[in-house]
Amino acid sequence: MTQVGQVVGILRKLNEEYQSSTPKKLKLIDAYLVYVLLTGIVQFAYCLLVGTFPFNSFLSGFISTVGCFVLAASLRIQLNKANQITFNVSPERAFADFVFAHIILHLVVVNFIG
Amino acid sequence: MTTVNDNSSEYITNSSSSSSAGLKSLITVIILICVCISGFISRLFSIIRFESVIHEFDPWFNYRSTVYMTDNGFYNFLNWFDDLAWYPLGRIVGGTVFPGLMVTSGAIHWFFHMINIPIHIREICVFLAPIFSGLTALATYLLTKELWSKRAGLFAAAFIAIAPGYSSRSVAGSYDNEAIAIFALIFTYYLWIRSIKTGSIFWSSCTALSYFYMVSAWGGYVFIINLIPVHVGFLLLLGRYSLRLYVSYSIFYILGLILSMQIPFVGFQPVRTSEHMIAAGIFILLQAYTFFDYLYNKLRYVRNIETIFFNLSVIISIIVFAIVVLLTYTGYIAPWSGRFYSLWDTSYAAKHIPIIISVSEHQPTTWTSFFFDLHLLICLYPVGAWFCVKDLNDERVFILLYAVFASYFAGVMIRLMLTLTPCVCILAAIALSKTLDYYADAESSEMVSNFDDSVSICDETENDENNQDLDNNAENIDETDDDDQNFLTSNIKIIVVTCIAMMLLLFIVHCTWITATAYSSPSIVLVSYNSDGTRAIVDDYREAYYWLRQNTPEKARIMSWWDYGYQIAGMSNRTVLVDNNTWNNSHIALVGKAMASNETEAYKIMTMLDVDYILVIFGGVIGFSGDDINKFLWMVRIAEGEHPKDIKEKNYFNENKEYRVDKSGSPILFNCLMYKLCYYRFGELYTDSAQPSGFDRTRSVEIGHKNFDLEHVEEAYTSANWIVRIYRVKKLSNRFQAKDALEKSTSSLSEESFEKNHRKGVILNKPHVKKGTKKSIHRT
Repeated sequence: MTQVGQVVGILRKLNEEYQSSTPKKLKLIDAYLVYVLLTGIVQFAYCLLVGTFPFNSFLSGFISTVGCFVLAASLRIQLNKANQITFNVSPERAFADFVFAHIILHLVVVNFIG
Repeated sequence: MTTVNDNSSEYITNSSSSSSAGLKSLITVIILICVCISGFISRLFSIIRFESVIHEFDPWFNYRSTVYMTDNGFYNFLNWFDDLAWYPLGRIVGGTVFPGLMVTSGAIHWFFHMINIPIHIREICVFLAPIFSGLTALATYLLTKELWSKRAGLFAAAFIAIAPGYSSRSVAGSYDNEAIAIFALIFTYYLWIRSIKTGSIFWSSCTALSYFYMVSAWGGYVFIINLIPVHVGFLLLLGRYSLRLYVSYSIFYILGLILSMQIPFVGFQPVRTSEHMIAAGIFILLQAYTFFDYLYNKLRYVRNIETIFFNLSVIISIIVFAIVVLLTYTGYIAPWSGRFYSLWDTSYAAKHIPIIISVSEHQPTTWTSFFFDLHLLICLYPVGAWFCVKDLNDERVFILLYAVFASYFAGVMIRLMLTLTPCVCILAAIALSKTLDYYADAESSEMVSNFDDSVSICDETENDENNQDLDNNAENIDETDDDDQNFLTSNIKIIVVTCIAMMLLLFIVHCTWITATAYSSPSIVLVSYNSDGTRAIVDDYREAYYWLRQNTPEKARIMSWWDYGYQIAGMSNRTVLVDNNTWNNSHIALVGKAMASNETEAYKIMTMLDVDYILVIFGGVIGFSGDDINKFLWMVRIAEGEHPKDIKEKNYFNENKEYRVDKSGSPILFNCLMYKLCYYRFGELYTDSAQPSGFDRTRSVEIGHKNFDLEHVEEAYTSANWIVRIYRVKKLSNRFQAKDALEKSTSSLSEESFEKNHRKGVILNKPHVKKGTKKSIHRT
């Protein structure tokens, strides 16, 4: 019981620290990440329930969510000031790369969706 | 920068440093241009000796597809159903081919025609490989520059431009997937290293695009999609995790995954087969690892947090692995396919899939072919690997993993020497560059040497070791490297540099000689030298194929062994039964059974398959050793794999268990279709004045069974040197004559019992009922 209490306490502290220390931009991206994750879970659950018949459509949609998630996570990592040393890239450049990768991702997704 | 630091010398150093940097880049560009030109020229031997023609077997299919694409457009090519091949099954070309090669040539063709330079598609196809070899050299330069330094990059580019391991598969005329695939491979690896170093989303997306080009070009893309995840896994194990790694691998994997599924031939394999599961597993692991890393940074104060996260990572990787194993067992994920499994278990193909092991390129590599293909580089290769181990960083872990896996695969299959060659070139270049760094240093007074070092530091983008040199130079400005300079006097340096230069000259001579003699024969045109040294061109193949094209009906079906399928379809434009794609083992086994059975059994199979003409290759007149009689045992083995009751390999050996065509040969061999077609009328021919008639120059024996007749086929054409022999299958006659009926029903017996049973008054095929005896099966 104390362990559960410990874990709950840690989670609460984590939540407080997250709310206070992360800048607004990153919180926005985090909200977007949660949304994309939910979309992916919904798609996967639908596939498990209904079956994979147009398999390419399922794959295309699912990979689109995973791709958006990964790209947004990468953008968040690159925009985080704490990682400036590892990355050496300006925020504008990070966003431009993000857009470039998204163009490629969505072109392929639309081609694959059938 | 230097000790003597007044304004004038600073001005001199500044302008000299900029002009010295300019000079360096000029020299680099000139060297790279020379490397590209030398790579191009060293591959042109067969064009100069013979003519601009497509070589070998596989390239003929690629050429035919490219012609179809330029004539009919890209979408018709993707949806092409080829009915000239694999009669009566046909072949869905769009779904069974890697279109990258055809698309590349088609794009170049379209571009040239758009700017009104009407080059024929054949010229583009023939010269595509040498042009791409120049691009490969550039890509190798870039990759080695990222791994080590620009100097090593120049060496690596020069090595790969002429190394026989690569030029063997990319001579002019060899229009095969490897021509562009090696370029795509090295370029993808360069972009991967670049994206690991910078962690930028842009470079990772470019890596994914280059990977897409590689997937469209060659089935060997599986090597990339396994090597990069293994690299990531090793970096995690070595504790070299960083956020750059997460960004580059995740973006590469997800974009590469969906891009690779756009190729129809690849289809859904990336999510369904074991070969791609390592990449998926590492992807999931990396997501979990990054998440835990993020939480860890937030939760540093919690005690034992490290062990908790370590245990969680281990548990998650075990769960993922267990899920993959479970899915493989239940069949959702296909197990490793035979082609790739036989790399791991080398005896698998011999037992189960003889057609994989019968291909000459799939034989194990001998020790001598390593030296043959790589000469000096194979000796410098471990040295370079050791230097990388000593100064390890993220990129060098990659090249070391590449070296380990490529060495193993090259040892298993001689065809995979090709994937080893770039790695060997890079590591040998690193070894040579580091050696020459010590020995080829310009040696003079302290000021000039410091000036040289500082100039080299400011304008080159080298890695950590040079930053260290900068610090050392800043400290050691007043010190003379007395110890080093006394040890390495200029005499020793000159001697060592001269020796290295001589070895490199020998390397160039070796490479050029090997490319000229061993790897430049087009296989479709043979050459032999007369006793007075003049050349005699043996053009039988093309002669026979054009005879087929001009003298047979358009819908005629040709039966031959699968080696020649692409050539027949390409040059004669006729329907073939089996070709080099070898996708249908049972069909090939049926053809093999027809070739290995006696004439009547073979006739049944041929009428079932609607065969009009049979084509065999026979080298006995001129001593050509790549003919069908030498390949015959493979036909028997493949047929035995599917029809073990009818065809047994041991029946074709003589009493001494040897495969001989002379008098000691087995009677079943003498009666089989292949023997009869090859040696029909050969018994009357004198090939050598000192030998009796019917002397087979390839096997160097007089054949054992001469002067026989063919009953179900008739000879249609024999080429000038008897290399290609074409036979027409006779249609069923209108009425059976009595003699025909007799011959047909006793065809399986040999000649003596034939006479014994055909006395007058005998009822044929009277069943003999033996009461009470059990048929015994002889096992020999």
